[in-house]
Amino acid sequence: MRYLVRRLGHAFFLLAGASVLAFLFTALAPGTYFDEMRLNPQIAPETVAALRVQYGVDKPLPLRYASWLNSVLHGDMGFSFAYNGPVAPLLVVRARNTLLLTITSTLFAWAIALPLGVWSAERLGRLSDRLLSWGTAVLLVIPDLALALGLLIVALRSGSFPTGGMASVDFETLSPANKLRDLALHMILPVTALVLSTLPLLVRHVRASVADVLDAPFLLAALGHGIPKRTLLYRYALPAAANPLISLFGFSIGVLLSGSLLIEVVMSWPGLGPLLLEAILARDLYVVIGGMLFSTFFLVGGNLFADMLLYWADPRIRAESNAR
Amino acid sequence: MRVRRVLTRWLVTLGVLHGIVGFAGFFAPYDPVEQDRKSPYLPPMRFHLIDGQGHFHARPFVYALKLREGSFDRYVENTTEPQPVRFFMKGARYRLLGFLPCRRHLFGLENTRIYLLGTDAYGRDQLSRLLFGGQVSLLAGLLGAGITLSIGLCIGAVAGSFGGWRDSLLMRLAELFMALPWLYVLFAIRAFLPLAVSPLRAFFLIITVIGIVGWARPARLVRGVVLSAKERDFVRAARGFGATHGYLFRRHILPETSSVLLTQAAILIPQYVLAEMTLSFLGLGVPEPVPSWGNLLSSLQQYSVLVSYWWIYLPALAMVPFFLGYLGLASSLQERGAAYKIESRIWGI
Repeated sequence: MRYLVRRLGHAFFLLAGASVLAFLFTALAPGTYFDEMRLNPQIAPETVAALRVQYGVDKPLPLRYASWLNSVLHGDMGFSFAYNGPVAPLLVVRARNTLLLTITSTLFAWAIALPLGVWSAERLGRLSDRLLSWGTAVLLVIPDLALALGLLIVALRSGSFPTGGMASVDFETLSPANKLRDLALHMILPVTALVLSTLPLLVRHVRASVADVLDAPFLLAALGHGIPKRTLLYRYALPAAANPLISLFGFSIGVLLSGSLLIEVVMSWPGLGPLLLEAILARDLYVVIGGMLFSTFFLVGGNLFADMLLYWADPRIRAESNAR
Repeated sequence: MRVRRVLTRWLVTLGVLHGIVGFAGFFAPYDPVEQDRKSPYLPPMRFHLIDGQGHFHARPFVYALKLREGSFDRYVENTTEPQPVRFFMKGARYRLLGFLPCRRHLFGLENTRIYLLGTDAYGRDQLSRLLFGGQVSLLAGLLGAGITLSIGLCIGAVAGSFGGWRDSLLMRLAELFMALPWLYVLFAIRAFLPLAVSPLRAFFLIITVIGIVGWARPARLVRGVVLSAKERDFVRAARGFGATHGYLFRRHILPETSSVLLTQAAILIPQYVLAEMTLSFLGLGVPEPVPSWGNLLSSLQQYSVLVSYWWIYLPALAMVPFFLGYLGLASSLQERGAAYKIESRIWGI
């Protein structure tokens, strides 16, 4: 239990540190949203000055951070100048969409990578293994951007998938079952791009860590007992190889989050990516900070989940933390 | 021995690829910003050897493309006049490697213009833009990686050699940076820097941002190397003979980090080229008219361009050979590192 509490404390430290960092970055900013407003001849200088005072952009950094923390506690996460409202509700909708994409892709990617990696590790050095290694290498060197644009070209030319957005125009009129189907159809393209971009990394790691344990004496012993090969691979070898893979799981979420930023923009999926880009171009300070913090939150949450999984899967960690 | 040969092969491959991009002025037929307003969105021309009458030509030729009547982006081949490709032709002025004034180009046409990868909306040659854009993107990757590794080396060395509170503070900070989703951080920092700046300033701005964000991993690796190098017997002996901190670091510890730094460079450079591409693609990096691999693709954000003019997509594949080269280099460097470790274990060092 102590292990989990420690990990939780660590996660909290990371989040707090990320928010401080984000505010330090804002100190770099040469201008604010209001500087562009001041250039607008239709807005009186007094109005801009009043707004500056109202939103406290001229206050020193620690004070701004304190008032932002206060607004986090109230569930606002600051104020969006461009949308003229609190940031949190804006972000929550977008973050939900990003999360939908990322979680689905994580599940698919792992569901494909595990059997593929085990299969490849089992026939290490054979032709099929080498072919797969080459395949993953090729996939690894195709950048996300090229992959996403290429998929988009194929989809647009064939016209068989909906491209862009996450719902059809008549989404509201559909029955619940058709709504689900519509959503799934819209997810095919971005999820495929994300899965393909992370798959090579995962397959290579699964292969390497399973190949590491396949030589272990206990597996030879199990083989001698006449345990069937499939049971051997999935019930004996895979759990023994699980430790680095669970850590990789946390890492893969980070990769997917960064990848989805770009893919969301390319495929116009209404997630955090397009919102963040829009906020950057409009100098919407708190939305940028909020977007960065939300993604950090997901990443830290994913790592925390991996830690819990590790605690559950590895008796050594449990014993160690209970002995202390 | 085998590892070494593979390493050499990857290094040569990468050298050739970088050479092509480095000497872009020579390999590219035109200036990357020169516009040909009469031929927007011209599709790639094809080499021919046999003309319309069935005659064979030893010198490859192309057919000039002309706008179809009443169309603004559809072209017809003018098959009556084959345009033979000339090699080592005099053409647009450029500066080789940025300083040598030159006029020779690898190939070109005498009467009309040759577009092997088509043109963009302003009739600029995509091949020339691709080659010159590679200079921008690869330089961004190389310089960015240089910045990251220098910062990582300094911080890692400080953390490793001093230890104590400095070490724990720096490593906590490194942990924090590694826990952040790095592309989002890149965006966040970019968000707070000026948006509309000259291409040169934008270039240095994004190199700095990209270079600074990634310092944590190399710093941790360097720290590990320094920690283990500090306890080596020959280092202890040197210290016993009264070697100063600076001497020890320069003479014994720095060389130990080179293997880690080289491997990290091979991993970081393609990653940073990709980061530059992403930023420029989204309009946050190097602005037009200066080409970069990212902003060459940015017009593809409109679906109509993506569907109608497929050759605009081709630059997206340009870095595949580069990435393959760097991937091969990184893995053979890692293998070499492992081989060294085994060697040192055998020799009992």
